[in-house]
Amino acid sequence: MSLADLSANLLYVAFIAYLIATFVFGGAVKGNKNGSFKSEKRWGKVAITLTVIGFIANLGYFFTRWGATGHAPLSNMFEFTTAFGMTLVGGFILLYLLYKTPVLGMVVLPVALLIIAFASMFPSEVSPLIPALQSNWLAIHVSTVVVAEGVLAISAAAGLVYLLKVVDLSKNSKQRFWLEAIMYSLILVLGFVISSTYFSLTNYEANFEYVDKEGQPAEITYNMPPIFGMNEYVALTDDAMTPLAETPAVINAGKLTTVTWSFIVGTILYWLIRLIARKRVTAIFQPFVKNVNLNLMDEINYRSIIIGFPLFSLGALIFAMIWAQIAWSRFWGWDPKEVWALITWLFYAAYLHLRLGKGWQGEKSAWLAVVGFAIIMFNLVAVNLIIAGLHSYA
Amino acid sequence: MEKVQCQCGHVNPPGTDLCESCGRSLTEKEQNNTLADMRYEGTARRSQTYNKSIVDKIWNFFSSVKIGVSIIVVLLVAASIGTILPQQAYVPANTEATIKAYYADVYGVPGQIYHALGFHDLYSSFWFIALVGMLAISLIVASLDRFVPLYRSLKNQRVLRHVSFMNKQRIYGKGPGNEDTMKKAEAKLKELKYNVSTDKNGLLAEKGRFSRWGPYVNHIGLIIFLFGVMLRMIPGFYVDETLWIREGETRAIPDAPGYFIESQNFELETYTGEDEEAVFGEAIERVGNVAKNYQTDVVLYQKPEDSLPGATDDMEVVDEYPIRVNQPLKFDGYAVYQMDFRLDELKSMTFALTDKETEESFGELTIDLINPDEFYELENGATVELLGYYPDFDGFDNGEPQTATPLPNNPGFLVEMTTPETPEGETSFILIQETIEPFGENQYKLSFQNVETRDVSGLTIRKDKTLPILGLGGLIFMIGVAQGMYFNHRRFWIQQQEDGTVILAGHTNKNWFGLKKDLDQVSEFASLPAYQDQQEETREQDDKKGAELT
Repeated sequence: MSLADLSANLLYVAFIAYLIATFVFGGAVKGNKNGSFKSEKRWGKVAITLTVIGFIANLGYFFTRWGATGHAPLSNMFEFTTAFGMTLVGGFILLYLLYKTPVLGMVVLPVALLIIAFASMFPSEVSPLIPALQSNWLAIHVSTVVVAEGVLAISAAAGLVYLLKVVDLSKNSKQRFWLEAIMYSLILVLGFVISSTYFSLTNYEANFEYVDKEGQPAEITYNMPPIFGMNEYVALTDDAMTPLAETPAVINAGKLTTVTWSFIVGTILYWLIRLIARKRVTAIFQPFVKNVNLNLMDEINYRSIIIGFPLFSLGALIFAMIWAQIAWSRFWGWDPKEVWALITWLFYAAYLHLRLGKGWQGEKSAWLAVVGFAIIMFNLVAVNLIIAGLHSYA
Repeated sequence: MEKVQCQCGHVNPPGTDLCESCGRSLTEKEQNNTLADMRYEGTARRSQTYNKSIVDKIWNFFSSVKIGVSIIVVLLVAASIGTILPQQAYVPANTEATIKAYYADVYGVPGQIYHALGFHDLYSSFWFIALVGMLAISLIVASLDRFVPLYRSLKNQRVLRHVSFMNKQRIYGKGPGNEDTMKKAEAKLKELKYNVSTDKNGLLAEKGRFSRWGPYVNHIGLIIFLFGVMLRMIPGFYVDETLWIREGETRAIPDAPGYFIESQNFELETYTGEDEEAVFGEAIERVGNVAKNYQTDVVLYQKPEDSLPGATDDMEVVDEYPIRVNQPLKFDGYAVYQMDFRLDELKSMTFALTDKETEESFGELTIDLINPDEFYELENGATVELLGYYPDFDGFDNGEPQTATPLPNNPGFLVEMTTPETPEGETSFILIQETIEPFGENQYKLSFQNVETRDVSGLTIRKDKTLPILGLGGLIFMIGVAQGMYFNHRRFWIQQQEDGTVILAGHTNKNWFGLKKDLDQVSEFASLPAYQDQQEETREQDDKKGAELT
């Protein structure tokens, strides 16, 4: 078995360990009798052990891949996103050691699983580094960022648990709507994973010729049945489905098709869950958090930002600027990725000022933490895939 | 406004909430609080005290957290708008008109609106810079407004505080004590690395006061950073030039007087996917060629200071260096970067002067496409004169050949060929794969033999004297953040009254859990009275109320 194969297998091991741990955490939390934490204590230990085993396998994936490629595996969408899933779990383990909260694992692990699954939808073969990335700063800058984002994401997990407990689901409210929207968007990611996996297992492929935004002829390969066609498309594959609509040249119909399939599958899945459970997805999870100590969740929310914010400043701004000065001759160029790193930083700065200066604790803090995670995800997904820039390595 | 005299006799600055000396509540608001507001030690902040003159109003505006956060939020929303479409720097157009046309052509009406609103260059716009400026002012004003009184107050702390100050602290306890309670408490606190000062019947133990300066230190770091960014507008602090240099050329480095650079070779390498790179085979197969290295081998020269202007023979070699991406050449505060390249630019073309019919040749001539000679002597007295050279020929205007650029992309030559047989000369206009004979059929022609090419490197020359300032700002920011976030300021006030009763109070700016752990150790050793966390109690009551609601 080559080092690269070993690496891939270790990632599977980690994935399965996280999957099992998710259910054990869920059971640990659910098993609590009202007001007692006996089940949590007993099964929480089992679950965290499984998580740590998974995390060690995950680290194994990371370093064996590093060995196989000769560079830190943080250079493309698959590698970065997988690392983000890993640091998310790492951040959780860190805060678990401080606060012993199984309920957090019940939220973090499924999100980490989703993120790793999402990452696996991108090309995962080991790839060589382009000249701009050949630097020790790749490991320094990107690893600091990914650790910081993993830790910051924990605050959103704690915030989510907090909101699940405090938001009144029996009355129609903005809070109830948005909380359900968070659940829905997580299920959409699952929709993306399911549709991508289905069409890749069935080897779907359709080629089209089109005219790009510069007016040049170009070709595109769809890996999902084309719902949208590119500008002035002509099918090259005989039995390809005829797109339902044509998009203008600035819109990439291939990506739009992928997004649409994810929405379709995700939405069907969402309504299936609701029909079977006969309640909101939030309501399915609410019983799990009835025992949660709100103050503790608020504390974890704040504490992970306290740890994550300085790391983020260091990695995503300072190290980033140093490397940009070396590689691109300027420390700052308003590239979309840079701008969104700045936006993320400004957002958490605002969070800290509101919390420390204006007393925004508890629910307000929890909402802010969730928004922060949304910004991080936007920077990871949308800025890489939709907004073209120097950082588009996917 | 007038100064406030406390019952203890101390005269406080106007606007003080808690007496600087004994800690009594001075304002009605503070008197009604169950817990003292210790955020700024109850000191008089300018923004909370004066609100009459226009200066007061401006000061108060910028010192408010609400305004500061609002500026941050507006700034982040504005910044995000600039990422909807690419900024003009990343658009393949250079002039104002072509940029405008690009947005309209590629993005349609939304693109036109985006451009009309100036969002194509959002980050250099007046209003965006003004927003950053407002943030800077807010950083300065808000910091001064809080730091100055806080510093004053913590510097002049008194050991003995009034009971009404102590029982409004979050951690408070009262009860009988032993004779040696104070001594033992002092010893234990010292052991826990507290600075302990005593006065009569009381003590003040303090540690980690510097963490209170954390926010101000990190703000100073940010201000220094923004100041550094501003400095680059001053000439001499900042150089940003582009230099295109061909293999074999030596050129003066723009904005670096006395320095010259010679390009010996440009190299573009791609991954082969073989041998050591076999592991990348699959990836290379999927995406095609992947660049491995862009490199310009250069020699850096310097002219001695006493050298004559224009003289180039006395240059001294300073350095020989392969400039690669991520490995700029550095000298004297400058850095030269490998940024761009053009492969295979035409260097020279070689022709033979031949008789069209007999193919008899008078020999070859080579025309340098950058600095062509005007006159070429061939064998047997034949000559070729270059009447006109058009490096990037793009058609005729009024019968005159035109060149689009000075780069030899599509060279055109207007030549006069003279041989013993045609002493009056024949005129010919030569293009790649085409010859025009404007004055009728010629007997002779220049037949193309071969061409030499070379690569051109696009180098960027930078000097940025502000970098050390920016680095310092960043460093100070990080120190301030760590100082404020990872350390905390803990204090205990303990007094033993004449009847032996001990009262104690504790305060920290964060991590109350840690404070309590310290206090528990002291209590055990010195048998201090039990204490309560007065806020926890109110919080727990809130929690219970919350639980009843759900």
